[in-house]
Parts: sequence; C-alpha cells; structure tokens
Amino acid sequence: MTIAEVAAVRGAGGASGEPAIETEGLVKLFGATRAVDGVDLVIPRGGVHGFLGPNGAGKTTTIRVLATLIRPDAGTARVFGHDVVREADAVRARVSLTGQFASLDEDLTGDENLRLLARLLGYPRAEGRARAEQLLAAFGLTDAAGKQVKKYSGGMRRRIDIAASIVVRPDLIFLDEPTTGLDPRSRNQVWEVIRALVRGGTTVLLTTQYLDEADQLADRISVIDAGRVVAEGTPGELKASVGTGTLQVRVRRPDQRAQARDLLQRVLGVEVREQSDPAGLTVGIGDAGPVAQALAALADADIGLAQYALGQPSLDEVFLALTGHTAESVLPSADSQPSEETPA
Amino acid sequence: MTAVASTPTPTASHWTPDTAAVHEALVAGARPRPQGPFAASATFGWRTLLRIKHVPEQLFDVTAFPVMMTLIFTFLFGGALAGSVDAYIQFFLPGILVQSILMITMYTGVALNTDIEKGVFDRIRSLPVWRPSALVGALLGDVLRFTLASAVIISLGLLLGFRPDGGPLGVLGAVGLLLVFAFALGWIWTFLALRLQTPNAVMGWSMLVITPLTFGSNIFVDPSTMPGWLQAFVDVNPVSHLVTAVRGLMHGQSMAGDVGMVLLWSVLLVAVLGPLTMRRYGNRS
Ligand SMILES: Nc1ncnc2c1ncn2[C@@H]1O[C@H](COP(=O)(O)OP(=O)(O)O)[C@@H](O)[C@H]1O
Ligand SMILES: [Mg+2]
Repeated sequence: MTIAEVAAVRGAGGASGEPAIETEGLVKLFGATRAVDGVDLVIPRGGVHGFLGPNGAGKTTTIRVLATLIRPDAGTARVFGHDVVREADAVRARVSLTGQFASLDEDLTGDENLRLLARLLGYPRAEGRARAEQLLAAFGLTDAAGKQVKKYSGGMRRRIDIAASIVVRPDLIFLDEPTTGLDPRSRNQVWEVIRALVRGGTTVLLTTQYLDEADQLADRISVIDAGRVVAEGTPGELKASVGTGTLQVRVRRPDQRAQARDLLQRVLGVEVREQSDPAGLTVGIGDAGPVAQALAALADADIGLAQYALGQPSLDEVFLALTGHTAESVLPSADSQPSEETPA
Repeated sequence: MTAVASTPTPTASHWTPDTAAVHEALVAGARPRPQGPFAASATFGWRTLLRIKHVPEQLFDVTAFPVMMTLIFTFLFGGALAGSVDAYIQFFLPGILVQSILMITMYTGVALNTDIEKGVFDRIRSLPVWRPSALVGALLGDVLRFTLASAVIISLGLLLGFRPDGGPLGVLGAVGLLLVFAFALGWIWTFLALRLQTPNAVMGWSMLVITPLTFGSNIFVDPSTMPGWLQAFVDVNPVSHLVTAVRGLMHGQSMAGDVGMVLLWSVLLVAVLGPLTMRRYGNRS
C-alpha cells in the first residue's frame, strides 16, 4: 500500500468534503516581482503534495499565503474550505508551518520552545511539560532538551522544528524545504519523519528543490517556475508526460553485443546506443509495450542477458522538458545553500 | 569523540528515526482550546523572561547605561546647574530616571526586528492565538526590565543623597506612571520595527524620535531659561508632563493634572499606534 492509500484508509472515517487546499488565480506581487503569478491548485486530503521548483520560483510565497501570513493580491485560496483572508483564524487552527529558516527561538532550549508552544496552544502547564517531553523523546532529542536550539546540529534542528509543528496535531502541515542543506543521513531521518506524519493522517505540503526528494515522498507534484504551476501530476505521470523512458540491457557475452543491438533496433524501431560498459546497451523508448517482445526476441536468438532494467526518465529530464531549463542550472549547489543563521 | 561503552542509547545527532514513536506522538496531540488574549500575552511575556535568562547581556543596557548617566550628570553638571551635587540630585534624579527608561524602551523595537529577520516570527504569526498577544507580551516582559532598571537607578540615587519626600508610596506611584508611559511609547518602536528592514534602521529612527522628546523637555534644566519657541515645544511634550509628575510624586506633591496628561497621552499612543501596528503586523510580507 502506498502512503496515500494508507492515509486514505485512515482518513475514511473522518469528514472528507473539501480538499485540503484549493486556490484560484492566486497572485502575490512584491513591487514589480510577480512572486506568485496565477496559481490554481486543488490538493486533496492525505498524503504528500510536493512543490518542486528552483530557488525564487515562488514556493515559499505561496505557502505564506496559504498559512495566512501574507494576503494575496488577487485570486482566492481556501484551506479545508476556509478562506485564507476572511477566515484566517479557522485556517490557523488547523495548519502548522515549518518555515524554510529557523522557525524557533534559537536562544531558548528545545524544551522551552515546545513548552511555550504547548501553553499558547492551550495545554495546561503540567500537560504542556509532558507533551514537550513526549515529543522530544519521539524525535530523539531528550538528551538535547536543555540545550539552546542554536547549539543544535542541522538535522536536530529540523527535527525540533517539525516537533514544534505537531504540538497540536495539525490537519495540514507546511514543510518548506525541510532537507535543504542537510547531509544525506539527516535527510533520510527527515524523510522517515514525514512518512510517519502522513501515516497519522496529516496532509503534508512539502516544498523542495530536490528532484529525488519529490520523487521519493510526494504522491503528487506541482512543478513551479516563475510563480506559475508549469506541470502537475504524480511523479510517474510527470515522467510519462515527457514521453520517453529507457531500456538498459547487459548481455552475458560482450561479443554478442553487436548482434543484440541489431536485433533490438529491428524490433523496437529506434536507435540503440552502446554504453561504455562493453556488454551494455541503452534504448530510448516511447512506450513499454514492445519491450517484452524485444526481450523475447533476444532469448529466441540465444543471446543471454546478465540483466535488464526499464527505467523512467529522471525528474531532471522532466524539469528540462517542462521549463526549458534544467533545475540544476539555476540552483545553488547543496553546499552553497544560504546559511540559516543571521549573525546576531 | 570518546565512545562511552556503557551508554547504549544513541546520541541525538545519530538518531535512527523511531517512526512508531513519531506517529504515536503525532496522534496523541490533543487539540485543546488555544489560550485567550490575556493568557497568551502572559505566555509571550514569559518568553521574554526566558530570553533574559539565556541572554543576560541584554540586562547590561538596562543597568550599566542608567548608572553611567546618573553618575555623569550628577557630578558633571550638578555643581554648575544647581550649585551643589546634593541639591541637583533632588531635582535631577526623577528626570534621569525618566530619560534612562525611555531610552531603554527603544530596544523593544530592535528586538522585534531581530525576531522578524529570523523565522520565529512566521511561526508565531501562524498560531491560532490573538495576534497582538505576541507584541503585548513582549512589551509586558520589557516592563519588567524597566522595573529592574528603575530599582537600580533609585538605589543609586539614594546612595548619592537623593531623599524623596513622598516616601516609598510616592516613589512607587511615580515608577508606576513611568512604566505605563514606557509601555505606551513601546508601540512607537514596534511600529517602526514593522516598517523598517533592519535592526540598525530601527535604532537610527528611534534615536531621531527619542532625542527631541527627552532633551526638549524639563529633564535637565528648568525651561524658563529657554527661548520661547522651545518653551512651547517643552510645554506640549508629554515627556515634560511625565517628568513633572514623577518629580512631584517622588517629592510628595499631588500631581493630578500632569498625571492625567500622561495617562491621556498613553491612551492616545496605544489607541493610534496599536491598530496601525497590528495592521502592519497582520499584512507584513
Ligand atoms: N518579502 C519579499 N520582498 C520582496 N521580494 C520577495 C519577498 N519574498 C520573496 N520575494 C521574491 O519573490 C520571488 C519568489 O520568492 P520565493 O517565494 O521565496 O521563492 P522560493 O521559495 O521558490 O525560492 C523571488 O523573486 C523573491 O526574490
Ligand atoms: Mg523558499
């Protein structure tokens, strides 16, 4: 079962009704910059929805409008049916925001931050303390409970940020680039946490600049570029909309490679490229249908295969096809991410 | 790192996500009624106290600065202006108290602007509590700092020979009035903090506002020696009323008129700047 299916099952008992998020023609201007430029979205409840786009695409601004932090200049946005401008309080009661940059008081300890939020959100003192303890334990931060948040490592910080967002169980959680700048290990930890949130029935709206992250976590993805949604669908659909996948084949005996290539070319009707691996071949294919036939033809010709794989194009290729530029070309590399801290 | 063989629990940074525990913690999250306006303001005030605990340096300006001002003015100008240090401090201590506290209020705006620069501001604003409570709480927390500074200055004054005829009650009344006005003045700084981009800009603009307010008053000298146009300004300046009231109360006079003016100004400041600030706070982009 996929995460979305699990969530759908869990959520089945609750009120379904309106989608988690619905926007029409959403616009937000900063002077002459059209940060959000006519965004239409319908995001169902449950699962992870990804906003994928390069730096400056408008992901954060869209989230800030949805979290009622800024007012849109045009268009409408509803969260669980509540208008973000007219019913901001109702929206705020059901969502929680983990911002792109440090979203806690760095001078306070992790425990104090959580207790503060628990108090504000209505926990009596003792219950608030217990809730903070429970969250710290669940996120493996009990040892760091008494340390100032500014002394946390990047990964610990993301965890306390997320813990702070679920002090009261939100129906919708915004995670703005939760793994940007994290090492692969911490990134995996955050991914696991996100999956656990979704299993609990919370809808997650995740923004990311990382194509593999959207691919790994999101049930559906909106590709955002220059304030607009340029494509939307499941990771699979997005890849399929770009058209081609690839078939990779390794023959058991390298001396049969030329023969295999001719055969594949004949059956599939497209060009077959030889890889630098002396036994490897790559074929670009438009549709997976004839692949079985091609493999059967190889078997009939007594060409043994060491392995074969049917791969979809990467999201990098998708991004290039959709926006005309690769995601990488406009992205800072992971180690040149802007620092989270503003010097005091 | 030194491995301690007897600790089987992994350290916080080498955590393996226990997704069952995360899931359990999420699902266990009750949804009580968020705090009301007063409780939420008090909680934000508590945050200010926690910050003082962790960053005690911020108390430096509320103690060192007034002490310095008191010593400098008493000994430097006391003789020249009033004939003797002893005579001058009776006149001057209430004034320097007002001056110091009003100067310290500016840090409220700087602190808020620093908050905005960091992401914590966004989280606070996305909470389902009465929106002004974050600002009200911060200002209330600051009132505590002002109380501390007042205690320091008055103690120093007593050491230097300040003898308030109004007794403890008069002094307490005077400090209370001062705190009310300081709270109201704080809204100017929060407003500036929301308009301006950097803490430095906030500081600069605040100086521009505070300097004429404090120096164009009767804190340092009797305005009767000033040119007419300046006297006119000094007369309408709320700080003059505050100083007159504080001075009078400390020396045991009944100051109904000036106290009334100060309270009126305080209400006016909050009534005008409060909504303006909150509009800015709600829309800030
Ligand atoms: N507060 C702001 N003032 C002016 N311009 C802004 C502000 N916030 C964002 N922008 C601009 O809006 C565009 C979108 O930014 P943002 O939403 O942060 O993108 P992303 O999160 O996808 O990186 C960028 O061109 C950015 O410079
Ligand atoms: Mg962003």
